Amino acid sequence: MQDVCLGYGRKVVLKDINFRVMPGEMVGLIGPNGCGKSTIIRALSRIISPHSGKILLDGKDVSRVPRRDLARLLGVVPQMPLLPSVFTAFEVVLMGRNPHLGLFQYEGPRELAITWRAMEKTGTHSLAERRVSELSGGEIQSLLMARVLAQETKAILLDEPTANLDIGRQVEILDLIRDLCRENSLAVLAALHDLNLASQYCDRLVLINNGRIQAEGTPREVITPRNIKEVYGAEHCVYTHPINGLPTVLLKAGNSQSADMEERGA
Amino acid sequence: MSRHQPGSAFTNQAPPVHFPHWRGRVYAILGLLVALGVAMIFTTAVGSVQIPFSTTWQILLSKLPLVQVTPTWPGTLETIILEIRLPRVVLAGLVGGALSLAGATYQGLFRNPLADPYLIGVAQGAALGAVVGFLLPSPWHNMGFGIIPLLAFVGALISTAIVYTLARVGKTLPVTTLILAGVALGALLGSVVSYLIISSGEKMHGIIFWLMGSFSLSQWSEVKVVLPYVVVGVVVILLYARPLNVMQLDEEQAQQLGINVERLKLILLAAATLITAAAVSFVGTIGFVGIIIPHAVRLIWGPDHRFLLPLSVLSGAIFLILADVIARTVLAPMEIPIGVITALVGAPFFLYLLRRRRRIIF
Repeated sequence: MQDVCLGYGRKVVLKDINFRVMPGEMVGLIGPNGCGKSTIIRALSRIISPHSGKILLDGKDVSRVPRRDLARLLGVVPQMPLLPSVFTAFEVVLMGRNPHLGLFQYEGPRELAITWRAMEKTGTHSLAERRVSELSGGEIQSLLMARVLAQETKAILLDEPTANLDIGRQVEILDLIRDLCRENSLAVLAALHDLNLASQYCDRLVLINNGRIQAEGTPREVITPRNIKEVYGAEHCVYTHPINGLPTVLLKAGNSQSADMEERGA
Repeated sequence: MSRHQPGSAFTNQAPPVHFPHWRGRVYAILGLLVALGVAMIFTTAVGSVQIPFSTTWQILLSKLPLVQVTPTWPGTLETIILEIRLPRVVLAGLVGGALSLAGATYQGLFRNPLADPYLIGVAQGAALGAVVGFLLPSPWHNMGFGIIPLLAFVGALISTAIVYTLARVGKTLPVTTLILAGVALGALLGSVVSYLIISSGEKMHGIIFWLMGSFSLSQWSEVKVVLPYVVVGVVVILLYARPLNVMQLDEEQAQQLGINVERLKLILLAAATLITAAAVSFVGTIGFVGIIIPHAVRLIWGPDHRFLLPLSVLSGAIFLILADVIARTVLAPMEIPIGVITALVGAPFFLYLLRRRRRIIF
């Protein structure tokens, strides 16, 4: 992304956003609620277009790439998407093949095999015949991973891939994403709100606050006591992970800024 | 890397599931094609003049190229079969298939199970056009070409175009705005139609009969007019079956899966409106087919549009052909408006399906 300003209508949500994601690299997008993480994901996948600036993908301006070509380069795992409840899991994953097929083509054995392999990799193949309405939140998240795999893109955007998952499932999904990123040298950009997961899994982090980039770099450079206090208002909460030494955020009750001020006032 | 199922036996193989399903649906399409043929022959044989099936069959066969059948029947029978009944059956099939497909398309495009071909103003536009046609002084009716179907067709297209224009927000066409604009304009046109009917005097009977739909005036010339629209529209819509499946996700996901959502909406709306307008212009706004047949197909064969759409065309055609035969035989020589039959016969059957398969269908 180069000097991108984003917004809805006249309202500017994000200003001077500038970062890049390399193949084989996993970058985390972090920041408080409503800071524009999802907006960045939507702009990158051309759901909204930037007010100014350019978004480049593989050297090409995203706004000039036809949608079908874009969907062959860039896959998106949306947050809490609407899925048609009467379709089977397999049919939903098969939709990932859509950008690879022309108007006059139907899904052949190749499409079915790719879809099936994507489902195996994500452990969703046992769900293939089940209807979407029968699946749990975690299963749907895995299914969306399978769909983006079936899409066979060079880059993947994930919007809160671990929201609503239990911790076992969170680690499972993120392990899968990281392995795929490394194996197929995918460029991965994930919006995450869990700072600990972001720190554990991402090569680099981009911290968004007040419509601009607050900090960018390795987890050690970004998750610092100063940044966390400035952005989230929580003090004394950044520690070092006992095993791998990555920054870790541990919270304590009564530690928010407002609680702080009450204390001072009293 | 297969984290969950190490050494799975299926890797690099076609999936072991799903082919049976698909094969079943392909058989269903073939089966319905045969049923359509049978229904056409059967209904051509039935009528006020009873003609044996064998004779009907022979008369139809004799008209096929490369088939030699020595005529053993009186010429009047041939006229009844080929010039009166067959065009009627063919037109009923075309209209049934068109309405049913348009309904399935709208339901899919709007992700709304209540959508029917008349949702965005086609019916009221056509009705207004037709009523105006009825009320025009007699010179207009002697132009050699039916002024009523022409006005109905034009009315349908104009009202949809108005709805479309009103519903646009910038470069996009939000589905809810479209439906609301359609409902509102429909109500407006509907009240104009009601007023015109009340003040139409002795022409009231003909107008109401048209509104409820009838095939009583079907001729080959009408089939020739309707056929090209329906064929083109059906082919276009069937081509977009897979994108329509992807549209069942939300619009954002569909875009991220490579679909130009706004263009898809425009193409499918245009095609569905065209076949609906062509269908209703000659035979009136026949209700029920467009909303119920796609749901019945969904109940039996599932929601996949690649099968839902062709199966809807065939089922709709068969359904309307059979409904028409009831309409013209039960009270013969009087005809019952076909709209009465479609609901009277179709609704109980649909309710039966709905009870039998107790699960979510949309």
